Amino acid sequence: MSSFELILFYLFSSVALISAMAVVTVKNPVHAALSLVLTFFNIACIWILMHAEFLGVALILVYVGAVMVLFLFVVMMLDIDVVPLREGFARFLPVAAGVAAVMLLEMLLLLGKSAKVASAYALEDHGANSNIVLLGQLLFDRYMLPFEVAALILTVAIIAAVALTLRHRVGVRTQDPGKQVLVRKQDRIRLIKMAAVKPETEQ
Amino acid sequence: MITLYHALALSAALFAISIAGLIINRKNLIVLLMAIELMLLAVNMNFVAFSHFNNDLNGQVFVFFILTVAAAESAIGLAILVLLFRNRRTINVGEFDSLKG
Repeated sequence: MSSFELILFYLFSSVALISAMAVVTVKNPVHAALSLVLTFFNIACIWILMHAEFLGVALILVYVGAVMVLFLFVVMMLDIDVVPLREGFARFLPVAAGVAAVMLLEMLLLLGKSAKVASAYALEDHGANSNIVLLGQLLFDRYMLPFEVAALILTVAIIAAVALTLRHRVGVRTQDPGKQVLVRKQDRIRLIKMAAVKPETEQ
Repeated sequence: MITLYHALALSAALFAISIAGLIINRKNLIVLLMAIELMLLAVNMNFVAFSHFNNDLNGQVFVFFILTVAAAESAIGLAILVLLFRNRRTINVGEFDSLKG
């Protein structure tokens, strides 16, 4: 059973790495966004393999379903001329490959030393509680305040995104509640005292 | 048997690929944003791996919050990108030099 997990892990991680490399190398930005979707999907599968089911599904829902859709909207809306953007590609490719290889080698060497003491996992029996139940208990118990702060951050992000890209069209008649509230009575109406006009009685 | 080393190596490889992507695509703002998302994904992978192999659920809670903040950040980043395109008609980072910085 565990060797099947290993095979699955290798499969998912190889597809994830290949599509990650495709993200940074393809010409067409739509293809890059779709490769990123594939990467996220494979990493979500690995997380589900590691018994983090809520996070795996949340990654697909939030990242693929919302963030990548947003990316695709933006990529498709903007009329981008991709040719000048590839200008430094061939020039920087050896530098980038060198830097990435050195970083990867350093990280793997560091992991190699400490991995000798890391033992294989033993899944603790949490009883009948699923991953979601335990996460929920943690989130609403110890992490209540960060949860609320995260909600605030999302609200601020919404307001910021709308406020940044809002365009006021000239010549459209709309209501402005701010100005409506500032109206004063003496600007709008003037009451005059007039004597009553008596109709002439006919003789 | 999947060990911690496998998962951390995967996370390190993802991070290195995104660094390479940042260096290669220095002009293309959209691919830069996508490379940043890849970096965040590598960090999340790290957290989930440690959470699994230490039987500690706090790592997964932190991934939850990283997901939230990363989604907010990419939304605002894309809004800025749209604004830049609206004003400059380009997303070539090399052409945003009016501040002469």
